[in-house]
Amino acid sequence: MALVEINNLHKSFGSNHVLRGIDFSVEQGEVVCVIGPSGSGKSTLLRCVNLLEVPQEGQVIVRGEDITDPDCHLDAARASIGMVFQQFNLFPHLSVLTNCAVAQTTVLKRKPEEAEKIARANLDRVGLTDKVHAFPAQLSGGQQQRVAIARALSMDPALMLFDEPTSALDPELVGDVLTVMRKLALEGMTMLVVTHEMAFARDVADRVVFMDGGVIVEQGPPAEVIGNPQEERTKLFLKRVLDPTHVQDN
Amino acid sequence: MSEETPAGTTDARPGAIDAVPVRHPGRWVAIAVIAVLVAMLVHLLLTNKAFDWKFVFQAMNQTPVISGFLKGTLLVTVLSMIVGVGGGVLLAVMRLSDNPILSGVSWAFTWFFRSIPRYLLLFTMGTLGVLFPSGVSLGIPFDWKIIEWLGMSGDWRFLTLDANQVFTGLVAGVIGLGLSEAAYMAEIARAGIMSVDKGQAEAAEALGMPKGKAMRRVVLPQAMRVIVPPTGNETIAMLKDTSLLLAVPVIGELFYQLQSIGSTYYKTFPIAVAATLYYLLATSVLMVGQYFLERHFGKGFGTTAPRAARPAGAGGA
Repeated sequence: MALVEINNLHKSFGSNHVLRGIDFSVEQGEVVCVIGPSGSGKSTLLRCVNLLEVPQEGQVIVRGEDITDPDCHLDAARASIGMVFQQFNLFPHLSVLTNCAVAQTTVLKRKPEEAEKIARANLDRVGLTDKVHAFPAQLSGGQQQRVAIARALSMDPALMLFDEPTSALDPELVGDVLTVMRKLALEGMTMLVVTHEMAFARDVADRVVFMDGGVIVEQGPPAEVIGNPQEERTKLFLKRVLDPTHVQDN
Repeated sequence: MSEETPAGTTDARPGAIDAVPVRHPGRWVAIAVIAVLVAMLVHLLLTNKAFDWKFVFQAMNQTPVISGFLKGTLLVTVLSMIVGVGGGVLLAVMRLSDNPILSGVSWAFTWFFRSIPRYLLLFTMGTLGVLFPSGVSLGIPFDWKIIEWLGMSGDWRFLTLDANQVFTGLVAGVIGLGLSEAAYMAEIARAGIMSVDKGQAEAAEALGMPKGKAMRRVVLPQAMRVIVPPTGNETIAMLKDTSLLLAVPVIGELFYQLQSIGSTYYKTFPIAVAATLYYLLATSVLMVGQYFLERHFGKGFGTTAPRAARPAGAGGA
């Protein structure tokens, strides 16, 4: 059984039909990268997986539980899905350590000492052992995003969602975050990553999904989708992304 | 523009000069004027017999005045602000809710209590007892009509308070001032909650926190940073509005007590001075409290903790 299964997902914002019938699944241990032009609905798709956006139609089944069902325990399902945002969204009034511990104690009901131990272990995992007592505003963007990853990992998630995790970073800080994500993938974490980092998608993903206009246009192993795309729209997008000096003809 | 300058002007240019600090003649004039005015004020305070300082301090030391200050002024301020801040935050959360009933109720409450002058509100609170000659009861509405219709007897009320105790004295004052304050605090709290980035609640909910917990643990502590300064203002305003308690009527209050001493001894001016000193004292204490509150809720927001130097080259983008 797939870890995440999405059936016929539709989402509109007003008259803007962002997702037009998505069928899609993520297997246990799989790393899936979602690529596509801005406005293609890839972030919306990701935000539907933990119901930050509520779809108008369709099902989102996470670990066998339909989370679009109003009777499901949405908060429990969310606790098992880690999410990393483009803008980090760390809690600025809490220290790095408390950022990673607060949901453990309030949602998972772990004891404060246990939560702190787990938080420290995960901060160690992202290479920020020496920043536990800092506040988010005292960290660089790359460090903040790694804290955000440690915060999500501290909940022992079955799945990690990444919503353009490096898009808000200065170029030279992108590498640190991607290194952490690469390590997670090697450790067998199930990951769904919306990204513009083609090199990361090519090297790390088990499967690449190309979205455009609210539908999945093409998906498959990176060597096929990025290396040898079949669809015209995929070719055009990759040409623009991989060769930024290419004169855009829109 | 031509870069060439006529030879004559170039030669006439002075060489390096001895730098003299910029003079500020205006400042010296201002200092002189202010010094004279301050001296005049000190002269007035010390020599004018109307101040009657001995009487001022005697009046300030009277037991009913001190008790009026502690109970009628300070205690009512504290209790009213507790009702006001608690109620205001609740109203703000209701107002921002998706539920149209809750947000409508919150809007109506704010509309009603902001429309009524506090003096009138307190006056009304003191007279509300007339509505409940047999006490204020909590229970099922229209109970006696239903009971009569069913042919039964008794009542369906589980708590009855004596209206003449609820709508009188300090309790009425605290209810009136607290409800009025809640209406103002609701707008302040709403502004504070809206000032917190939407991503904060999203991040908390993505971690599995229910909406209420996300509000308490993540959104409100950050909103407090915006809420505290105007709340300090409100608290100081409340301190002074306790002098309106006379409308209830409550006489165990600072200004009324001082005034009654003043009218007994025909010394109204020294009494005004005594009241001014009390209010100055209390406001100063409140301002110190506000400083510490702001420092507490400002944690993690920049100025106190210096931002770590960014890695070399960062920020170029």
